[in-house]
Amino acid sequence: MANGDGGPAQALAMSILVRMADVYGATELMDISQAHIDSTIYLGDATLEFAERLASLGARVAVPTSLNVSGVDECGWKDWAVKADWAAKAARQMLAYERMGAVPTWTCAPYQTHMRPVFGQQIAWGESNAISFANSVIGARTERYPDLLDICCAITGRVPAVGLHLTENRGGQICLRLTGVPEALQQDDQFFAVLGHLVGQLADESIPVIDGIVVSPTEDQLKAFAAAAASSGRVALFHMVGVTPEAPTLDAAFLGRPPERTVAITTADLRAARRELTTADGRELDMVILGSPHFSLAEFSLLAPLVAGRRADPRVKFLITSSRLMKEHARETGVLAPIEAFGAQITLDTCILASPMLPPEIKTLMTNSAKYAYYAPSLLNTRVTFGSLADCVRSAIEGRVVRDESLWQIA
Amino acid sequence: MADRVVAGRVIVAGTAEGEALVTDAALSFWGGYDFHTGEIIDKHHPLAGVRAAQRILAVPFSKGSSTTTAVLLEAVRAGTAPAAIITTGPDTFFALASIVADVMYGKSFPVISLEPADFASLRTGEHLSIEASGAIRRT
Repeated sequence: MANGDGGPAQALAMSILVRMADVYGATELMDISQAHIDSTIYLGDATLEFAERLASLGARVAVPTSLNVSGVDECGWKDWAVKADWAAKAARQMLAYERMGAVPTWTCAPYQTHMRPVFGQQIAWGESNAISFANSVIGARTERYPDLLDICCAITGRVPAVGLHLTENRGGQICLRLTGVPEALQQDDQFFAVLGHLVGQLADESIPVIDGIVVSPTEDQLKAFAAAAASSGRVALFHMVGVTPEAPTLDAAFLGRPPERTVAITTADLRAARRELTTADGRELDMVILGSPHFSLAEFSLLAPLVAGRRADPRVKFLITSSRLMKEHARETGVLAPIEAFGAQITLDTCILASPMLPPEIKTLMTNSAKYAYYAPSLLNTRVTFGSLADCVRSAIEGRVVRDESLWQIA
Repeated sequence: MADRVVAGRVIVAGTAEGEALVTDAALSFWGGYDFHTGEIIDKHHPLAGVRAAQRILAVPFSKGSSTTTAVLLEAVRAGTAPAAIITTGPDTFFALASIVADVMYGKSFPVISLEPADFASLRTGEHLSIEASGAIRRT
């Protein structure tokens, strides 16, 4: 294929892939059966020129391919501070990837769509949270693919046969053991996001195995964990003993090999990690922001009874970032109506980090997303309070930051 | 002082010279690097507020977002990228940005991997020249 048998776009994609195979130290390529493209995020002329170069050469994806968030809410951007020039270019970049035959899912949670891969499936995924979720929670197999390479894999249907695609490389390397962390804290709504933030820092380049979980996390809690660990660190695969599919036992998580090191995680460590996620002083609140990764139907369903019959303080914006599919499911199941009546706005296709949508007067945010809490201070120059979903709702109603600290203050 | 030479492993070949900017903390370029200015902006990072454009950035590895590559490609196009990147392993994100910049704009930057002990010997502010062989000359 590298010689152009599949057309000029495939030749270009293959030439990049072959050079990267050398960097990966791969001696051969292997087939994949699915891809997820993070290159959709418009940043500027270079990302657009890359997408349009491929599209103009006639690129077509060779495997079923989903698309990550873009740089603009195609239908709703005019409600926000997005400039028309940005919206036009971001939309052109969206069109370029649609022209390649990818499915316009426009979400950073493709694992919660019909494009969800299955255990053992060989895939090429971009988007750090999605990579971590697919590998760890589903047991599908992807390397940590960067933007621009994900689409080359999708066009060729091939990846370097290395890393997390191969069983022998999927074993845990370090053991992170919860020590004296009470069940009540593990059941707290914020626990898995905070743990993920801490694990990302502790894991470095290693595959972490988390031992000592005594609760049964929901899929959205594991999503929050995966996103947090892939933001504060570079975790592309984790194992959680008794929770994730490749970790029925500690021994299985390590593929029978001994851990390189074991680190205890205490309640004090978790408290410190939670404190790091808050950079605001708690006095003012301009916006509650939910949905990084994109809000799921289950999350809409959790939120609805919390807000039913209430109204957010008009001084506080309440924004949820999600996908077209999830919003439609929420509408069909009746949980969207009370959320909209509460005063919530919903942005689709993108998020506040990927689209320059927030007006400058929004300086302080509150969120239950560790990923938003990690990136917003640097990317948006905002300050953030991290709290539970219930804290976020109560704060929006009262128009000021309110957090239930009871579980996090126990000695 | 006589030149000292460190043998690096070529991840993406090229030559560069400039002032070293050294950190032992991993970096995500998305949310961590402003390609309009060439400045490191990750407030969690020890180099927050420091300009890395045209310097030789020594950072052990990338972390965080998949979009690191795209930010670095934008920086190459805008002329605000580091002159070279030195790591402690074959970081695929940095390598890809250089390779795609070569394909798109004919402008790549060297990516060189060092043994941890050699990496740890680098100092911010020293002048480095990177040779096509991966040798790093310190003056």
